[in-house]
Amino acid sequence: MKKFINNVDDFLKESLNGFGKAHADIIKVNFEPNFISRKSKTKEGKVSLISGGGSGHEPMHGGFVGHGMLDAACPGFVFSAPTPDQMQAAAEHVDSGAGVLFIVKNYSGDIMNFQMGAEMYSGKNDSIITNDDVAVEDSTFTTGRRGVAATVLVEKIVGSLAENGGSLEECKKLGEKVNKNSGTMGVAFTSCTVPAAGKPTFDIGNDEMEFGVGIHGEPGRKREKIQSSKTIVNNMLEAILDDLKPQKNEKTLLFVNGMGGTPLTELYLVYDNACEILKSKGIEITKSLVGNYCTSLEMQGASITLLKCDEEILKNWDAPVHTAAMRWGM
Amino acid sequence: MSVNFLISQAKNIQIVIDENASEIEALDQNIGDGDHIFNVQRGLKLVVELEKDIKNLPLQKSLNMIAMKVLSGIGGSSGALFGTFFMSMAKTPDLDKNVNFSKACEMIITGINAMKERGKADVGEKTMMDVLIPVSEKLNELKSGNKDMKEGLSEIIKIAEERMLATKDMLATKGRASFLGERAKGHIDPGARSSQLIIDTICKSVINQ
Repeated sequence: MKKFINNVDDFLKESLNGFGKAHADIIKVNFEPNFISRKSKTKEGKVSLISGGGSGHEPMHGGFVGHGMLDAACPGFVFSAPTPDQMQAAAEHVDSGAGVLFIVKNYSGDIMNFQMGAEMYSGKNDSIITNDDVAVEDSTFTTGRRGVAATVLVEKIVGSLAENGGSLEECKKLGEKVNKNSGTMGVAFTSCTVPAAGKPTFDIGNDEMEFGVGIHGEPGRKREKIQSSKTIVNNMLEAILDDLKPQKNEKTLLFVNGMGGTPLTELYLVYDNACEILKSKGIEITKSLVGNYCTSLEMQGASITLLKCDEEILKNWDAPVHTAAMRWGM
Repeated sequence: MSVNFLISQAKNIQIVIDENASEIEALDQNIGDGDHIFNVQRGLKLVVELEKDIKNLPLQKSLNMIAMKVLSGIGGSSGALFGTFFMSMAKTPDLDKNVNFSKACEMIITGINAMKERGKADVGEKTMMDVLIPVSEKLNELKSGNKDMKEGLSEIIKIAEERMLATKDMLATKGRASFLGERAKGHIDPGARSSQLIIDTICKSVINQ
């Protein structure tokens, strides 16, 4: 394993320390229990948004704390859900009295820990669960689909509504709409290495790719020989369109997300291929996002997320945001 | 069951889990993401380190302290589930009196029921509950004391092992492995394996007492 590490046990702490120092103008890192909150207090009457999950997906979620997005983020150990006391402490710290909305990715560990955190928090609160990954079949009898990159979009769009005075109920409703309107498909070329493990999570041949991979290196739909970008992108989009069934000329946001180890050059190439394919199917791309937002440590690969947009979604997407990882309009 | 019993079992379990760590890690890398073993090891270390703080406390209080330690120190599914286990055990009535075998069974049954509730998983879903629920059912039979305790515990060892092995051919419907569909088949569930090792260690230690 080649990583910037001093001591595996200090990995998260030192990284959070650096994050706090680098973005001291926007956020503050609290330790024991660990959570990242905005530097400024939540304004009165504003619903607080709190997300969190295992570390290793940076900039998600700490990089999205700030004006127009999250109020706090709770980082767990690498790829392990955070603990209930973190959510409880974060909620107590940021809630201005208007209530707390927890944004949770659909993974068993995250769901259970957030649930317990919500039970331990005495203030008004509610949760939304993201499950945008079309690689997994959904069913009420199973854990269901994974919550992956569309969580970024949910946090941005709901964050804007909360900033502009949306109630807890309205925020939850919009978050659920964004989640329902989005679909994501991911592909990995290499594995990632969890620092505590010291070796790659899975073996993959030089000429292979994992189609439908999750954001922890957990296997996806199938292992395949690597193909041209156009073919890969086409297969990814097919899976998404199959699920989302957008109308002709429906407005969409196209989000190409890097898994951490793929250069932006390639992500833009993927974006170009996706644009052409979607155009040929009569789907209008109104908004774009390209970059490493929901990563899987150093994994090479990318995910594509398509979000069907109505006016409410578009308006809240364009609204000003100022976080460590996303900033426009201010 | 006493605080001393809990501490000595945690130490025994720590040795066994460490011995089998690479096997559990490999199982998790097959169908999960490899974090389970680190979470279990971290949790055991935290509990063992609690010894000086809890050894003179009443059982209920030390169970609550273990629960909070496990809940806040592990993370992931294991943290929530084992935290829930200890928290519910602590809620069993009359823990200030002598906790005999029957009471200890009741505590463990209460704890496992709460885990089942929290994880919303039942038998046949390729999780640690595939081991824990049948063990809990057997404890319920033994609780009355009509059967020889050592014989009963030997049966539990066998049940835990059979049920752990049975997860190999299951499709996962809960937890991280559920995302794999058919591909999860052919691999033992890492949570079932670690739970089976824990049960095995405790039962053997009680039998040999």
